Amino acid sequence: MFNHLLSLLIWLPVVGAIPVLLAGSGRPNAARWIALAVAVLTFVLSLYMLPLYNAADATKQLAESHVWIASLGVHYNLAVDGISVALILLTSFVGILVIVGAWEVIQTNPHQYMSAMLVLEGLMIGVFCATDALLFYVFFEAMLIPMFILIGVWGGPRRVYATLKFFIYTFFGSIFMLVGLIYLYLKAGSFDLATLAALPLSMKEQTWLFFAFLIAFAVKVPMVPVHTWLPDAHVEAPTGGSVVLAAVMLKIGGYGFLRFSLPITPDAADAYAWVVIGLSLIAVVYIGYIALVQEDMKKLVAYSSVAHMGFVTLGIFIAFMLVRGSNNLDAAKLGMQGAMVQMISHGFVSGAMFSCIGVLYDRMHTRQIKDYGGVINVMPWFGFFYVVFAMANSGLPGTSGFVGEFQVILASFQANPLIAFFAAFTLIIGAAYTLYMVKRVLWGDITNPHVAEMKDLNGREWFVLGAFAAAVFALGIWPQPLIHLMDSSVTQLVTQLGNHKI
Amino acid sequence: MPNLNDILILLPEFYLVAAACLLLLLDAFMKPEQRPVLHWLSIAVLLVAIYLVVAGQPSQAVTAFNGMFIRDGVAEILKVFSLLTTVLVFFYAKPYLQDRKLFVGEFYTLTIFAVIGIMLLVSAGNLIMVYLGLELLTLSSYALVALNRDSRLSSEAAIKYFVLGALASGMLLYGMSMVYGATGTLDLVRLHTAAGHTGMPHLLVFGLIFMIVGIGFKLGAAPFHMWIPDVYQGSPTAVTVFIGSAQKLAAFGMAYRLLASGLGDLSQHWQLMLACLAVLSLAIGNIVAIVQTNLKRLLAYSTISHMGYLLVGLVNAGPEGYAASLFYAISYAITSAAAFGMILALARAGFECEEIDDLKGLNQRSPWAAFLMMLVMFSLAGVPPLFGFFGKLLVFQAAIHAGYLWLALVGAVFAIIGLYYYLRVVKVMYFDKPVEGTEVHLQKDVSVRLVLSLNVLALLVLGIVWGPLFGWCQSVFVG
Repeated sequence: MFNHLLSLLIWLPVVGAIPVLLAGSGRPNAARWIALAVAVLTFVLSLYMLPLYNAADATKQLAESHVWIASLGVHYNLAVDGISVALILLTSFVGILVIVGAWEVIQTNPHQYMSAMLVLEGLMIGVFCATDALLFYVFFEAMLIPMFILIGVWGGPRRVYATLKFFIYTFFGSIFMLVGLIYLYLKAGSFDLATLAALPLSMKEQTWLFFAFLIAFAVKVPMVPVHTWLPDAHVEAPTGGSVVLAAVMLKIGGYGFLRFSLPITPDAADAYAWVVIGLSLIAVVYIGYIALVQEDMKKLVAYSSVAHMGFVTLGIFIAFMLVRGSNNLDAAKLGMQGAMVQMISHGFVSGAMFSCIGVLYDRMHTRQIKDYGGVINVMPWFGFFYVVFAMANSGLPGTSGFVGEFQVILASFQANPLIAFFAAFTLIIGAAYTLYMVKRVLWGDITNPHVAEMKDLNGREWFVLGAFAAAVFALGIWPQPLIHLMDSSVTQLVTQLGNHKI
Repeated sequence: MPNLNDILILLPEFYLVAAACLLLLLDAFMKPEQRPVLHWLSIAVLLVAIYLVVAGQPSQAVTAFNGMFIRDGVAEILKVFSLLTTVLVFFYAKPYLQDRKLFVGEFYTLTIFAVIGIMLLVSAGNLIMVYLGLELLTLSSYALVALNRDSRLSSEAAIKYFVLGALASGMLLYGMSMVYGATGTLDLVRLHTAAGHTGMPHLLVFGLIFMIVGIGFKLGAAPFHMWIPDVYQGSPTAVTVFIGSAQKLAAFGMAYRLLASGLGDLSQHWQLMLACLAVLSLAIGNIVAIVQTNLKRLLAYSTISHMGYLLVGLVNAGPEGYAASLFYAISYAITSAAAFGMILALARAGFECEEIDDLKGLNQRSPWAAFLMMLVMFSLAGVPPLFGFFGKLLVFQAAIHAGYLWLALVGAVFAIIGLYYYLRVVKVMYFDKPVEGTEVHLQKDVSVRLVLSLNVLALLVLGIVWGPLFGWCQSVFVG
């Protein structure tokens, strides 16, 4: 059974969604408990994977290979490296929290909500495991279906607009990647990622492919200027949808850069690294300013997500300047590592922020910042958690938000101090927009009589926010286990960057 | 003189003709309330035909009646799936026809005659045979479209179909006569060799153009698509499901016999023509579908765009492209049977469930129906892991391999545009509130529910295990 651990991780939640659905609308509690059991079991399995994975070895592990389509040479290939393991853990961790978070919040068809969540979780784990490009694409696209339903059915007033925009944007990005992948397949005779990485390609081919991949993953991350779906999707999505979207789905964009753009088109990626770096800096600085003026809490956090994901893309592509420009492998590794830590950390922090907003929304049914004020007076525990996550979001040392950003800034300083200068802006702007929100929501006098009636966290909410807070602190104070887990994989990736393919 | 061997080769066809005549007789002597017996008998007849096709399949391609008729792998796979989709049609049609007092024996016999037409068409080894098969198919179809005699819409659709169909048949015949003039033969195999060294190459290409018009009409590819929306909308839905599914396989078979078997040497001429038809179909089908409010019309425009994708594969003009297109045709036939089957299953006496708005809030009325319809829509849109996606993948691959990267990119762009209207159907079912006072739910009939569920779930299963089917598609074009 454990020879197929990765398959089990993918299919357990997907298949587990069937009993949840069958439990039916008549027995919502049965559906909830089954969903929780499946999510917990998935998390336990992903923890079980941890000791089986040898972090010192950079090769892909726990591999599974079955022929899928013999005549085309398409395989059902799964394997993980340190980066995948970390992201799978994040996914299954968040998977439990969104189920608990939705417990009594979702009242209409909870069984459908829970099963969509589970299917989504399984497919996202599949994305992180797939080492065959076609399989990756199938998971990558299939993921859109449950998310489309989640936003569209349980979302806010403009949910239809938001979810259509989300689906069409992402589909738009990925269909060009599909054409690119077919081109690669015809050239290499295989969809296997390792084969594609070894395939020599001319600069012209690499450039076209690089931009095909860039469209797909830039939409997913999202990068400026294709980020506009994200604020809409976040604002309209139910809390759980926002949490999954911010915590895991955006990471798939960053992960795609690592798996496709870097190994398959290294020379084009190097040549056009300035494009990505430029867009990342725009995200960090300009989107930061946009976040500052938001009136809607979810929108504010959504824009802050765009800014934070800018650090991820910056960290990934700054590595090119360092490896190829000055052959500074250590700094490149630092940048890449920073990007990875930032991905995981942002998963926790943004997930937590959206959960906090969900807590407020459930009580007041508004997300407008101006409707709040003085919340700390009636909800001290909530205030505590909110401040913790706000600090992490602004990158305070001791929280997870600090580690990745600091590493990326250090690395970019060695590439070009000017880049580091703009990247470091986030320390000011990030703190500004987050703390400004905290000030308006938590502090001050209670001006809205409804705020005075709000009750503090119940046990379920306490559990969700407490789990997020524990993760944020653990990663902030002792990031070493995570860095160690990904170390050899990152090192290997950085050395790959130096390989010319022309 | 035909010998016994020839008759054995045509056994499935002869059997079906005999069975259809018997069913016609039986119907004449049957009381109306006994008619369900006819329904089950017809299904049994088709299932036996599938068995005869598969069991009697020779290991090598064989011909009968001096090359008029070919029984090869291509014919086998097309026959199996046309018969199979017709079985689905019969299952879905019964309650619909009963509710509308259209439950008559003619529906079954005409459909079976149309299927015989399909079988002759896809097995044709001679231009005359192509024409005969096509006429048998279309003449039966004209009558089927007019089945609901009292409906103005139905009669109008039938007249439109007939006039345009006759025109297209004329074009096809005219093209065939030119090809005959240029090469001196009607036999497809001899045509293939003769086409290379004809003294009148211009006449041959001219004939080819006329033949492509006929094929374009049969496929419903733009700019020969005018009949599709009206016929789809006007026919009783039970007939639309047949025209929309099994007949697309026939159209592929006809295109393959004429273009690949017959005029394969002229591929450098017809590749570009098909590419143009493909682009036009993709554009017209996908863009016009966006503004449709009638579900049947929407699916009609969606058909046009899907035929565009099928042509994208044919442009490859090699075994790889034929296999991809065949796979696409099969996947489309099964998906489209499911799509129209859903409309049939949601309709009831006095209510057609034809407008997209009729599906409002379906998820709250009947979650299972909404789920099935969602899978169908995502398959049509080509979202993995559903069946429709892999068809698109294969045709894109075939086009890129033949050097038509631009065509694949055009296809990709229109896939995004097409996505919108499929998503709109899902949106209506899942995100909108049901209209007060309406009741939309699945048919009570157990056989319809069961077969429809299996049909739709097959889209999911075949999306995951599509290897064997694709292997079959590939194997028939080898050698």
